[in-house]
Amino acid sequence: MEPSTAQPAGTGAAIEALSRTIEERVSGVRRLPSLPQDLAYEADAAQLLTVCRSLRDTPALRFEMLMDVAGVDYLQFGREEWVTSGATRTGFSRGRIAAAPPDPDMPGRFAVVYQLLSISHNTRLRLRVTCPETREPIVDSVVDVWASANWFEREAFDLFGILFRGHPDLRRILTDYGFIGHPFRKDFPLIGNVETRYDPQKKRVVYEPVSIVPRVLVPKVIRHDNRYEPALKAPELPR
Amino acid sequence: MAESTHDLPLAEIRNYTMNFGPQHPAAHGVLRLVLEMDGEVIQKADPHIGLLHRATEKLAESKPFNQSIGYMDRLDYVSMMCNEHAYVLAIEKLLGIAPPERAQYIRVMFDEVTRILNHLMWLGAHALDIGAMTVFLLCFKEREELMDVYEAVSGTRMHATYYRPGGVYRDLPASMPKYQPSKWRSRKEVDRLNESRSGSMLDFIDAFAERFPTAIADYETLLTDNRIWKQRTVNIGVVPPERALQLGFSGPMLRGSGVVWDLRKKQPYEVYERMDFDIPVGTNGDCYDRYLVRIEELRQSTRIVRQCIEWLRKNPGPVMVDDRKMRPPSREHMKGEMESLIHHFKFFTEGYDVPAGETYAAVEAPKGEFGIYLVSDGANKPYRLKCRAPGFAHISALEEMVRGHMLADVVAVIGTQDIVFGEVDR
Repeated sequence: MEPSTAQPAGTGAAIEALSRTIEERVSGVRRLPSLPQDLAYEADAAQLLTVCRSLRDTPALRFEMLMDVAGVDYLQFGREEWVTSGATRTGFSRGRIAAAPPDPDMPGRFAVVYQLLSISHNTRLRLRVTCPETREPIVDSVVDVWASANWFEREAFDLFGILFRGHPDLRRILTDYGFIGHPFRKDFPLIGNVETRYDPQKKRVVYEPVSIVPRVLVPKVIRHDNRYEPALKAPELPR
Repeated sequence: MAESTHDLPLAEIRNYTMNFGPQHPAAHGVLRLVLEMDGEVIQKADPHIGLLHRATEKLAESKPFNQSIGYMDRLDYVSMMCNEHAYVLAIEKLLGIAPPERAQYIRVMFDEVTRILNHLMWLGAHALDIGAMTVFLLCFKEREELMDVYEAVSGTRMHATYYRPGGVYRDLPASMPKYQPSKWRSRKEVDRLNESRSGSMLDFIDAFAERFPTAIADYETLLTDNRIWKQRTVNIGVVPPERALQLGFSGPMLRGSGVVWDLRKKQPYEVYERMDFDIPVGTNGDCYDRYLVRIEELRQSTRIVRQCIEWLRKNPGPVMVDDRKMRPPSREHMKGEMESLIHHFKFFTEGYDVPAGETYAAVEAPKGEFGIYLVSDGANKPYRLKCRAPGFAHISALEEMVRGHMLADVVAVIGTQDIVFGEVDR
């Protein structure tokens, strides 16, 4: 391995230089908003394999490692679990508004996110591809480009039900033998659907519908106020 | 005789399938391996994982950010604080905050203490797997001391939950807990045990770091030139560097193949760029080289720990950011001021909101690159959390590494991969 001559990863100038190279050399990608020290691109699902090959093989890019593949389900993105209408005029009762459930067939619900790493140039890149179909989400498998994708894609299939076209061995990987459903989808209950116990009569472990009730201990809230604006933060406490 | 056996039909010889694990001590937890064997030789290996799958990532989506720190310890449960580190780094990146300098030094010191803990566990278990009992006992003796350090700083021996977004939970304690005389331990014995515990925690770690290189030399005496050890590890599980990159290897697995890559040097986080240490690399990419790499990492980690101790002794200061949204108010303030009471209440019941966005933060965990991909939609809980566990990529290459080897070498390869199922299954 020859030592890298590029600027250290994470500096703004290095990120912008890398971004320019990608836009010159790789077609079918669109830059995504990201933190200044990160670089993220979205690839067209139809061109995913071409994009990945040029990211790996272009000498100025050389993303020779695929560190991670993550499925993402955007079904409840930006939705709160507990919408309050504020204190009422008559007392302190809390109005809880149940929002209409999101449409499980919404377009762009599933995405696959690849974390790429270039050892030769010491750069990182996040590549996202949105599954064109929601009912049967499917994208091309990148196993032929990076061998490490094999199990990462199996995991995304198991947990999110995302299919990978051309994957050599798309089996479940993390869930139980005979498991039904894709547990990391946002409409899969946290407590699951079945529970197991040992049945002394049948002398074996049996599966039954869950007996516990799902409960939200801390509701998910999104504060739309300015309290997290840096300019409005409380002054520093004396040390 | 020779003529008569020659006449026997050969059709009865065929491959057979063998089940290895999940309840086998050499499977390092709950690995089930379905092996297709031709005599003693592995033709095909199909690892079945997921027997320890606890859906940590989904659980984290249902909890405020701070409540998942403890879950990170339980991923790779022999390198606890390194997992926490990646998680808090991801949150800090999205929040745009940085911990105070002292907290950064404390984190670096504990990352390296954790690396020593992990490598000692690995060395002991690996050696035990391929037949060297003594090393296991020697490693655990030293490991126990570092467990006490964990306990002194966080209250628990393993699952520390010590790091916080914005710093660490508290400053280093001024004293170490001491042994008490009992029915089983005489006063004289207790005094001997307490000798290194009379000073502060830093003194205790310093004393450890002082004598630990001798212990490493002892392990090396037992293994490095040992004929049996070399027969079991040299040229076993060879991974060429190009293949290691393709397979997503990281940490000692990558460096054992001769790739000079360490996030602490290449993409330094916290104060690693101020540390003076070397990165050992192998040449052949076999189990023996990875052993040598890890042994050298023990020495280098000790060096880093000593540099941190030196700095921490001289520079007292805050260990947590001064941000009322990130840090609970002191008990005194909470009892006396309405504003602090509200902050305290909101901090523990609702937590803090993290600005919408996504990021990936990685640390050089003892086993390799442990990364956290975090998606936030601006709420008080992560929208999606993905843990990139180094062991997951390593074990996916298990088949490739054991094919053509003998059954006994499977154990050596599992050992050299330093597999922990907490992080593989998550």
